[in-house]
Amino acid sequence: MSKLQIEGVSRTFAGVGGGEPVQALQPVDLAVAANDFITILGPSGCGKSTLLRIVAGLEAPSTGRVLLDGKAVTRPGPDRGMVFQSYTLFPWLTVAENIGFGLREQGRPERERNDIVASYVDLVGLKGFENHWPKQLSGGMQQRTAIARALANDPEILLLDEPFGALDNQTRGLMQELLLGIWERRKKTVLFVTHDIEEAIFMASRVIVMSARPGRIKSDVPVDLPHPRHYTLKTSPEFSSLKAQLTEDIRVEAMRTAQTQSV
Amino acid sequence: MLRPLYPVAPGTRTVLGIAFFVLFVAFWAWITLGGHVNRIFLADPLSMLKDGWRLLVEDRFWLDILITIWRVFGGFVLASIVAVPIGIAMGAWKPVEAFLEPFVSFARYLPASAFIPLLILWAGIGELEKLLVIFVGSVFQIILIVAVKVGATRRDLVEAAYTLGATDNGIVKRVIMPANAPEIAETLRLVLGWAWTYVIVAELIGSSSGIGYMIINSQSRLATGQIIFGIIVIGLIGLLSDFAFKALNRWLYPWSLA
Repeated sequence: MSKLQIEGVSRTFAGVGGGEPVQALQPVDLAVAANDFITILGPSGCGKSTLLRIVAGLEAPSTGRVLLDGKAVTRPGPDRGMVFQSYTLFPWLTVAENIGFGLREQGRPERERNDIVASYVDLVGLKGFENHWPKQLSGGMQQRTAIARALANDPEILLLDEPFGALDNQTRGLMQELLLGIWERRKKTVLFVTHDIEEAIFMASRVIVMSARPGRIKSDVPVDLPHPRHYTLKTSPEFSSLKAQLTEDIRVEAMRTAQTQSV
Repeated sequence: MLRPLYPVAPGTRTVLGIAFFVLFVAFWAWITLGGHVNRIFLADPLSMLKDGWRLLVEDRFWLDILITIWRVFGGFVLASIVAVPIGIAMGAWKPVEAFLEPFVSFARYLPASAFIPLLILWAGIGELEKLLVIFVGSVFQIILIVAVKVGATRRDLVEAAYTLGATDNGIVKRVIMPANAPEIAETLRLVLGWAWTYVIVAELIGSSSGIGYMIINSQSRLATGQIIFGIIVIGLIGLLSDFAFKALNRWLYPWSLA
């Protein structure tokens, strides 16, 4: 049985000011196997973030349902950890307190909490910054803390919504390697939304390409590149041919988006 | 030379700030000591200081000051205790807001000073009436501002907390409240300033003590030096409490600073 089952999930937003309702997402079916790293690739506004938010339980689907381990998702919960594109660390908590937030909400005893927090601080390389306020951290460090915060709950699945979208290129590359390294060691089921083709291929064991709005799954591309992956992989011939293929796929969709917007 | 939005050096800032006070007092001294206005209507700075000293030493004016301070803080603390929880509830739970917001918005425009005759009928001319004037003047303002701030809590923080397993109760206690604590404290600092104007009005009517009473008492004796001294004392206390409040906020919420 798959870990995560998305069955006929669509989303239609009510029209603004009595206008026509807008369909953001056509019915989507997707099965995610345990420990798979899936990236969802699509042009802006294709509904990929909406799909992820529905899996997280932050939005309700207009049709269909999401099953995690066979149980229907109705609301957000600690079994689905989420990392957002915007910086969502709690500014009134230190790095360590942020990472321990979920554990505290679940009433885990302090001793246990401290041990878990320390191990995740270590995992994302933030030793020495435990008592810093989020404001004192760089964007990359904030997102590392956010990843640690989501992982500290030991969720069944990790959802990431363009988590490195606001970072500069160099930091972004380092963060990709960091997250991939964690996944290679700890094996987690991951759903990662991005509009960056290179990022989608580098991270994924499977890339789901979405069409322009209203979004649907256009293609499902397995990535059989070996692990552990190193950044030099991005210049290998196998990587380049995958990139060429996906670039073509995405380009058609991006052009369709541009055309519908210019009308 | 004056470039828009260009910052001023800290030293220059202090000098400029003090310079205005100096100019202000100099102008005051010039029109009074120079005989440009009638002394009956406006005392000069020196006799103001002399009058003030006499007030403090002979008329035990410091007792009036203490009484006024106690009234301001008493009424203000009462209003805060009532208003902050209501404001948080309104901001957090929309049905509560729908229920209370129209009334609070209406009550906010009822002038506290117009309530004084009514409050005197209900509570007499004792301390309770003075506290109630400040309470009425502050409570609706605090409720409304707190409700607006809480209602504007960053949604992404709330969503993040939900995905980490927070309950609805946990969201209110451990996201909405700490997220808005510095803003609420700032609101209280602001409203405390307004409470100072209410207390003086309360003391002008039906009172036998306090800074406002001294001022109205001095009016009948044309003691403009005393009146000005009283006003300056209010300004100084306001400035001091503002500084203290700011320092307290900085100490309580270090995370909200850059």
